[in-house]
Amino acid sequence: MSNPTAPTPPAARPAGRRKFELDPRLKAYKGVWVFIEHERGAVHPVSFELLGEGRKLADQLGVELAGVVLGAAGEHTRRFCQDAFCHGADLCFLLEDPVLAQYRNQPYSRALTDLVNKHQPEILLLGATTLGRDLAGSVATTLQTGLTADCTGLAIDPENRSLAATRPTFGGSLLCTIVTLNYRPQMATVRPRVMSMPARNDTRSGRVIEEPLALLETDVVTKLLEFIADDKRAEVNLPFADIIVAGGRGMKRPDNFQLVRDLAEVLGAEVGATRPVVQSGWVSADHQVGQSGKTVRPKLYIAAGISGAVQHRVGMEGSDVIVAINQDASAPIFDFATYGIVGNAMQILPALTAAFRQHLATEKLAV
Amino acid sequence: MSLNMHIVVCIKQVPDSAQIRVHPVTNTIMRQGVPAIVNPYDLVALEEALRLKDRYGARITVLSMGPPQAEGALRKALSFGADEAILLTDRSFAGADTLATSYALASAIRKIRLDIPVDLVFAGKQTIDGDTAQVGPGIAIRLKMQLLTYVSKIETIDLDKSELTVQRRAEGGVQVLKTRLPALITVLEGINEMRFATMSDMFRAARYPIRVWDKDAAGIEDISKIGLKGSPTVVSKVFAPTPRTQKAEIIQTQSDQPGDVAATLLAKMFARFPQLRDAIGRRGE
Ligand SMILES: Cc1cc2nc3c(=O)[nH]c(=O)nc-3n(C[C@H](O)[C@H](O)[C@H](O)COP(=O)(O)OP(=O)(O)OC[C@H]3O[C@@H](n4cnc5c(N)ncnc54)[C@H](O)[C@@H]3O)c2cc1C
Repeated sequence: MSNPTAPTPPAARPAGRRKFELDPRLKAYKGVWVFIEHERGAVHPVSFELLGEGRKLADQLGVELAGVVLGAAGEHTRRFCQDAFCHGADLCFLLEDPVLAQYRNQPYSRALTDLVNKHQPEILLLGATTLGRDLAGSVATTLQTGLTADCTGLAIDPENRSLAATRPTFGGSLLCTIVTLNYRPQMATVRPRVMSMPARNDTRSGRVIEEPLALLETDVVTKLLEFIADDKRAEVNLPFADIIVAGGRGMKRPDNFQLVRDLAEVLGAEVGATRPVVQSGWVSADHQVGQSGKTVRPKLYIAAGISGAVQHRVGMEGSDVIVAINQDASAPIFDFATYGIVGNAMQILPALTAAFRQHLATEKLAV
Repeated sequence: MSLNMHIVVCIKQVPDSAQIRVHPVTNTIMRQGVPAIVNPYDLVALEEALRLKDRYGARITVLSMGPPQAEGALRKALSFGADEAILLTDRSFAGADTLATSYALASAIRKIRLDIPVDLVFAGKQTIDGDTAQVGPGIAIRLKMQLLTYVSKIETIDLDKSELTVQRRAEGGVQVLKTRLPALITVLEGINEMRFATMSDMFRAARYPIRVWDKDAAGIEDISKIGLKGSPTVVSKVFAPTPRTQKAEIIQTQSDQPGDVAATLLAKMFARFPQLRDAIGRRGE
């Protein structure tokens, strides 16, 4: 949604409410698809989260839910199809070809575009990862259809069966709902951890529909010279952490941030931070939680010296339990945290570290 | 190395979203006095283009679509060292979504390359107001350029062979990709820091005759593909997030000693959320 008359906000236009009759040619588009992203031999969890969401949309529309698996033989593509069934898919489209061994825009776009043109889904969902965004943008342009990025809510408008995609705008201070008019498929991307993870059901199965790739390696211009895998140990896996201890500007000095790390260490937690903290260089950018950082959904989020600005909140309000420590009783974070401690983080954090350490020690004794 | 590389950098003027406030009662955006800035991600792209200019020699054209005031963004880019600036402005561009925006920008780049062939197009990773990250890929597809998103490093460019090698951030690692020019690059944030404008460039930018193109000058062939009409997506509703009604339970103790507060929190939390007992202290076991 890029509005060239900026700084005008995206005003609700009557066009959105306009009744329209879908082009008969487009009525043939049926079914909900989820692109199944995988890396290093495993399906990216965002694909399962999308299957959970896609299942609801498909049920509401009374259509099937399909997964799309692209990859090379030997990359466990069959297992990925099975994983998709266990998370709600009725069928999977599978394209297996050596050209698809590692993600490159051209062959993946071609594969997905050809599949869409042949099997005509009405909705196509992708994770808003670096891969998903790269792919979604080029596929939507090739198909000349609408794409809504980074959605936080997906629903079916019962009046006309169209997809109503809700996303934050203006830095999260507002939400807008976007619909795709007379174009199909309706495409949307969703960031990891925005939707909840559906339960895995191992008794489910489904059909695999195989299709060939109409492209040879010699047709692909871009060549992969090397893949430098991230160091797994050094990796910060914020989005999938169970517990996060995060610090904000209220920690005042970089050396005070050690108090945040100490508590994280005892809890077995990841360390999170607000943007000002990252910008001051106290921690690296992969620790940033929020609109321009990571979306997280831990079981427990402890926020120390964080005011709770909307750009931070959108990234962490999906946490099960939020504990906020802030000196200022009127800080916005107390409006949405589960528990609040009004006090000095420099004193509260060490006390929490000691209390949790003691709790863990007594648990161990009890076992 | 030939000195005739031509780079187009697409930039957008956006409202400084840090300063946007929503009226608490009417739920409307309070726009008065919100300054317009160059989309910060576009500046990362511009700086990367300027570094190529330093390294290889290049001519940089900045291109923006927007209202007449967006001229400000282009002057800013000129002050950093861009050579040429073009503003696409026409009432019929208004209301464009990403598909319609990439159509207009791609048409203009086609027009630009009639004069001087374009080797590289840069676009920001995303904008801070619309945030879709789709305009760059859209332009690349329309112009049949190689698309390289989330580039973290431009390793080498060989103009004679029309080859380009970059590092690209991917899920789980970095891809080293070799491809052909022309290519469209979107740049990862944080890989560079914008230089300071020199006095002479600032003076030049202030006086520079920016070229202003309407839809005809921009070479738009199909007016059904621009603006609101050319946009498959429409905004049907804008609203403020529903505030969580439940406020935090404030932990209070008689003594207000940190140790007592901590113990009280743990007791209350584990009583209400027993599942947290299992989650804690798990890592590395
Ligand atoms: C486009 C855009 C994107 C953004 N993206 C993000 C993002 O992804 N993530 C993000 O976090 N922010 C983001 N921001 C910034 C965001 O608007 C806020 O500025 C930021 O979240 C505030 O960080 P903070 O809470 O650490 O600092 P502050 O707002 O300064 O809050 C510090 C808090 O610490 C408290 N405090 C002070 N001393 C103590 C003490 N001794 N003990 C306890 N409490 C104390 C204060 O009462 C205050 O509430 C973005 C902004 C923009 C414009």
